[in-house]
This record gives sequence, structure tokens and C-alpha cells, in this order.
Amino acid sequence: MTTKTKILNFVQKYTMIIALVLVTAFFTWRTGGKILMPQNITNIISQNAYVFVLATGMLCCILTGGNIDLSVGSVVCFVGTIGAVLMNKNLNMWLAVIIMLLVGVAIGAWQAFWIAYVKVPPFITTLAGMLIFRGLSNVVLEGKTMAVTNEAFVKIFGGGADCYVPDLFNGSNLNLLCLIVGIIACLLYLFFTVRNIAARKRTGLETDAAYKVAVKSVIIVAVVMFFTVRLAQYKGLPMALIWVAAVILIYTYITSKTTVGRYLYAIGGNETATKLSGINTKSIYFFAYTNMGFLAGLAGILTIARLTSAQPTYGQNYEMDAIGSCFIGGASAYGGVGTVPGVIIGALLMGIINIGMSIMGVDANYQKVVKGLVLLAAVIFDVVSKKKNG
Amino acid sequence: MADNILEMRGITKEFPAVKALDNVNFAVKRGSIHALVGENGAGKSTLMNVLSGLYPYGTYTGDIVYEGEVCRFSKIKDSENKGIVIIHQELALVPYMSIGENMFLGNEQGRKFAIDWGKTHAEATKYLKIVGLAEPSTTLIKDIGVGKQQMVEIAKALAKNARLLVLDEPTSSLNEADSQALLDLLLEFKKQGMSSIIISHKINEVAYVADDITILRDGKTIETLTKGKDDFSEERIIRGMVGREIEDRFPKRHGVKIGDVSLEVEHWNVYHPIYTEKKVIDDVSFSVRSGEVVGFSGLMGAGRTELAMSIFGRSYGTSISGTVKIHGKEVKLHSPRQAIEAGLAYVTEDRKGSGLILSNPLTVNTTLANLHGVTVRGVIDRDKELSVAEQYRKKLSTKTPSVMQNVGNLSGGNQQKVLLSKWMYAEPDILIMDEPTRGIDVGAKYEIYCIINDLVAEGKSVIMISSELPEVLGMCDRIYVLNEGRIVGEFDQEEASQEKIMARIISSDSAEKEKEQ
Repeated sequence: MTTKTKILNFVQKYTMIIALVLVTAFFTWRTGGKILMPQNITNIISQNAYVFVLATGMLCCILTGGNIDLSVGSVVCFVGTIGAVLMNKNLNMWLAVIIMLLVGVAIGAWQAFWIAYVKVPPFITTLAGMLIFRGLSNVVLEGKTMAVTNEAFVKIFGGGADCYVPDLFNGSNLNLLCLIVGIIACLLYLFFTVRNIAARKRTGLETDAAYKVAVKSVIIVAVVMFFTVRLAQYKGLPMALIWVAAVILIYTYITSKTTVGRYLYAIGGNETATKLSGINTKSIYFFAYTNMGFLAGLAGILTIARLTSAQPTYGQNYEMDAIGSCFIGGASAYGGVGTVPGVIIGALLMGIINIGMSIMGVDANYQKVVKGLVLLAAVIFDVVSKKKNG
Repeated sequence: MADNILEMRGITKEFPAVKALDNVNFAVKRGSIHALVGENGAGKSTLMNVLSGLYPYGTYTGDIVYEGEVCRFSKIKDSENKGIVIIHQELALVPYMSIGENMFLGNEQGRKFAIDWGKTHAEATKYLKIVGLAEPSTTLIKDIGVGKQQMVEIAKALAKNARLLVLDEPTSSLNEADSQALLDLLLEFKKQGMSSIIISHKINEVAYVADDITILRDGKTIETLTKGKDDFSEERIIRGMVGREIEDRFPKRHGVKIGDVSLEVEHWNVYHPIYTEKKVIDDVSFSVRSGEVVGFSGLMGAGRTELAMSIFGRSYGTSISGTVKIHGKEVKLHSPRQAIEAGLAYVTEDRKGSGLILSNPLTVNTTLANLHGVTVRGVIDRDKELSVAEQYRKKLSTKTPSVMQNVGNLSGGNQQKVLLSKWMYAEPDILIMDEPTRGIDVGAKYEIYCIINDLVAEGKSVIMISSELPEVLGMCDRIYVLNEGRIVGEFDQEEASQEKIMARIISSDSAEKEKEQ
């Protein structure tokens, strides 16, 4: 391999990360470093929590063959509405949370049934869902705003001013709990890397060169620690981060390590072959869309907690944020390709562009133009780079 | 000098890392049929892509001299305008458009914003008559068989005023009768002065139809044989293709004991999934023993694939009735999963469409039908998966840089091996192999035959569906002949011959016709 192809391979493999670094660098320069201020980093996470959650679920749908779910924005709104109503009736907040998640699952299963077993195209089914649940939210709320007054709920799921994990160690300037969590995360990462290599060596499989592993580990630890310190300098760990991190970890695991995850990819790669390999493809579709409903329910919870109210207009265009993040994050519009970390990077990229432009004071309409262009550019890059390979 | 319509001189074409064509020389005499043969990857298709302008001038070196002038095609339209028309192996017809619409797709009759449908269909009818198709030009493509579709492709080429026709594996998906008709049509065209180039794996066809045969191997021209001057026997041509003699195209099985009946199907009836009135399989009963290779012979559309798929977990058809017994015990197979668990495997004829995930590596494809073999409580052990894939790569000597390679990048023969790996890893007792050697070269075919022999030596049963009669005769212990959904004959290896099988098909056809009258 020549140096040129080596560099090309590197760029292709880490395109998204490179893009993320460049975009961050650009906004750091344009905003005079403001974007990396502790509060803004916290904001990127809290404001985009719903995107991370929805994009993860959307990825599972897209993997099955480029199928999308247009209803998620409306489902977020409807679940939020139900939650607000329940809590206004002074229902126990945990009971309310469970009911909201169940409503999400039920809506997901309803749509999944038509898609998986009756073969109604997902686009149509979820377009219908988008109208149905937006309408129902309006009916229940009678077109008005309903405040969420349950403080405990807002604190635990919200992204507002007081929604942080309390510092158990009472650090004065730095949030010690936050630091400790960051350090533990890094140690866990290193532990699993070493264990993995040891296991592969034992079974006599090839391993990456030691220097590559070392460089990668150092970079990851450095980045994690940088953001941990930044968060610690502000108010510590935002609650939203806890929920987002849980979703990311669980779904990274599901998609990369479990049979269900493997089947999602397989269906997107070749549905007939998958079916003839003895796999119940219908149940996989059913899983993907039911799961989307569940995560939309979770996103609904996060949304009303952050905004401390429910409104008939909440969740509008959320589906587009989720779909956009998936494609920017390297998911294929034909299915079978894409990863949770990739999608999260896609969502982060969008989040940084959003907040960066806001700090710069770019007009909101131009922000939309820029986001649209970024989406198009990402997909063009994907298509073109594939053509060269093939 | 002979009157050549086309000469390709010193053509060299390089791809990153491989030299696909290396100083290839190739000349087609006017009004002759010139065959291009060689193993997969020998460079036949690449050479034709250079000719058509798919690989534009400048991406290769050497000269293309057509009708006495040096041509520099930069796109396919350029070569078509000169009368060079290529018919590709994969038919390029739109199923939901009529024959006429398909024939003039990209070459619409009338004005740009006002297609003249009258003229379209009149022209189409004219060319359909030439190729001997009686179908009205308004028939939809999806409603005619593959054989007729191939004829439509040829008519389409004629409509483009073809003077040099290039056919890439035109008979690979046709049955014997349709193939014969197509070859005779080519001979008819020759009489009228048309020149053709035919690429084919089927050497008997090549010998039948060609005036000259050019053999390519590893991107080089090995030799050109001329009718009347050189030997056109199969042995001679194969020797040129592989560079060695293949004494026996079918490896012998030694001391394989044929045991008890492993699969027994009785009174099997299947109806068409869409036209539910139509009976596709009609009261079929057969049995297979362990250690036995049983062939299913028949024309395209005889219902062989439909029979296999309907047994394999009802993957085809509706209103299925009949019984399936495995090792003497009746089983109900309502899904592929149940079929696999009962010990069946169906190795599809369409490895790209319904066999492999081309965009995924060997590892994923190898374990897909038996993912439980590498999982613990729903979690995949990636390292174990890797070693399983590696084990089967070695066992079947699949040629690939690594098991992490996407199977889409492998050659047809190696893809077929990956498909076999998948089903072997599912550890079935009975393997149904549907056209296991379609579109792969002589060397790879031999290897597939060896794998089949190994499988029956382990006591497994193999059902082999094949359109190539020599292969069925050479490999199978017993042969069933299927025609129009019914079993019309059964032969042991000793008594079977190509003539007997064809005779059985034809006599059952005429019996059918008498009954109708």
C-alpha cells in the first residue's frame, strides 16, 4: 500500500470524526472559543438529547432497508401530552413514566403490525401515524399548553437549570462526581480494550498493531477527560446525559453483538437471503418499529421534562432531525449499513452546527439552509465514495 | 488479408492492482460467428466492455478497428450508433412495460415529446417476426418466459440496426430447447450476413455455432481455432481454457454407501402464489437416500425450483398439500426455520438475489443460517464467528484476501463456495442444491463436484437441480425428470442418457397436448 492509499483509507474510515473535528475547530475560531465553554457543551447535550435517542431508534428502522419512521415527532408529542395530563392529576411520577413508555411501545407495535405483517409500506404507515398522533395530541390538550409541575420529574429527566446529578462529594469549584465518573469510564474503556486483545491473541486471531491501539486509546481518553473537566467546571453531569448514554451503550451493544442486531443488518443487505436462511424477517421488522415507538416514548419524556410543559406543537420536525442524523452519520439509504456511534456523531455534528451558528448569531432561516446542505453533502460523499470502490 | 468487420489490436486494460487484459488480439470475420471462451476472470467481459465504450477510449491501450477505421468510443451510445450492440448476461428489460416499449426504450419512436405508439408497435412487430416470436408487442415482459425475453433482447438489438451482435452468455438461463432455438436464430442471421460474437461457458453450444473460437486465459489471447482447420472437440477447447487436460470432468465417488431413505415426499401439490388457479406442482412423490446424489432434470419452468422451495418451509406457492417424511417421520415444515431444524438446506440458484448478502463479509454470510452456533444467549461471539468462517474458507479453499472481505468482491465460483459454507455450517442432513454450478468456470465446477462428493461420503443426501444434462448424468446416482410440474421419468445412473431424458420430456409434452384436444 502506498502512502497515498493509506491516507485515503484513513480519511474514508474516519470521515465523520474528521468532519466533527473540523467543524468544531471552525466554530471555536468563529466564536472565539465560546462553543467550548462549559455551559455550551452542557447545552449541546441537553438540547439534543431527544435527537440522540430518536436517531438511535431510527437507525434500527433504516438498517432494515432504508425504511424511515415519519411519525416519531407526533408520537413524542402525544406521549408527552399523556404524561402531562397524568401528572396534572397527581399520579405518581414513576407510574406516569411507565405508562408513557408503554404508550410509546403500544403505538410502535400498532404501526409495526401493519408494516411487518400486512406489508403496508413504512412510509405510508408512519405518515398516517404522523397525522393521527399530532391530531390526537391537539384533541387531548384542546390546543392549549399544559404545564408539567412535578419538580422531581423535571429534575430527573429534564435538561434545565437544575437538572444535574448532585455532587455527592461536594467539590468546591469542580464537580468531583463528574470527574470520577469520567475517570471510571476511561478505565473501563482501557480494561475492555486490553481484555479484547488478550482474547483475540489466545484464539490466535490477528490483532491491530500495538501503536495503533495505543494512539487510539490516548486520543479517546484525552477527549473524554477534556469534556469531563468542562462539565465538571459547570454544574456537573446533566441528567439528560445519563439517559442518552444509557441508550447509546445499550443500542450499540444490541446492534453490534446480538442476533437481533445482526438480523437488522442482514435484512437490509438481502431480505430474501435472510428469509431463506430461516430468519423470521417479519418479527425483525416488528421489533424495529416497536422499538422506535419505545424510544419515541423516552424522547417524549425527555422533551416535556426539559420544556416543563406539553404543547400540541412539540416534536415537530423531530423525525427529520433523527433521519438527518442517521444519514449524516453514515447510514445507507438502502439499508444494511450504519452504526450507533456513527449516528451519534452525525447527531452531534448537527447539534454543534446548530449551537455554533446560534452563538454566531446566524439567522434561523440560514441555519436551516446550512443544515440542509450538510445533509446533502454527507449523502453525496457516501454515494460517490461507494462508486469509486465498486 | 481476410475481410474483418472488427479487429482489436494489442488491447491492454489495467485496473488498480490487476491487469485484466494483456495485449489481447482479436479479429472477427465479416458474416461469421466468433466465440469467445475462457474461465471466469479470463477477461471476456472486460474485452467486450472495452469494445462497447463502457470503458471509454483512453482508459485502455491498443486499437479498435471497426469497418476499417480506428474507433474511439467514449460511451456505449457511440458504439451502438456504429451498429455494435451488446446483449448482456443479465437481461435488462422492465417487467411492467410491454415488449414494444422495452424494445424502443432509449430509442423512442416519433418525436421527443410525442411518442408515436403506432410506429413503435409496428416496428416492434416487424422485428419480433424476424426472431420468430408470435407474441403481440403489447404483452408485458413479466408475462413471457425467460427464453422469449432473450428473444426480445435480440429483437431490440436488431431494432438498433445491429451489424455486429455481441451476446454475453445468452443461454445461461435458458433450457435446452430455447437455447437450441436461439443458436439456430444466430445461424440464420449469419446466412443474412450478420456478424456475431458469442461468449459462452457451454462448450458444446460454442462448437455447434461458431466459425472461430478465440480462447482467453488470464487476460491473454491463448489461441484462435478455426472451423474446418482445427479440432473443435470439448477436450481440445477445455485444454486451451484451463491450460491443462481435465481427464475427468466429474470426480469419481469411491465407496460411498447408499443407506436408508432420508427424505420422502408424497403427493406434493403446489399452486401458484399469484395465479392461485394454476397448479405448479402436480402430485409429485419422490425419495432420497442418505449417501445418494439425486438429480432433478427438466426444462426451465418445469417446476424444479418451485418444488424445492415449497418443500423448504413453504417458501413458494399456496394451497400446498402432501406429506414430507424425514428419516421416516412425518414433519410439518411451515417456515424455513423449521425446515433447517429438520435437517434441510436449500442452496438457491440465485446466489446474488436470494443467497448472499453481497455487501457483507464472509463471516456474516457463513453464519447467517446458523447464527445460534456462534451465540451465547443472543450475544454473538465475534471471535468464534471469525474462526468458523476461517475454517470453512480453508475447507472449501475459497479464494479471498480475508474472511472480512465483502462477498460482493469475490468471483462467481468463490461466491458459490461461500453460499455452500453457509449451508454446510447449518449442518443439514439433506441439501437441495439448485443449479450449483451456474455461471462458474470449469475449474470451480470441478471443486463444487468434489464438495458434493465429500458431503455424501459423510452420509448426507444431496438433491441436485441442474439444467446441464451432462452434469446431472455425471454426478447423480438417480435422476428424476420433471415436466410441467409432474415427474415424468426416473432413471438410474447406468440407464440414463441425454437422449432418453429429452425423449421423456417431449413425449410427456405431446401426451399432454393430446389430452387437451
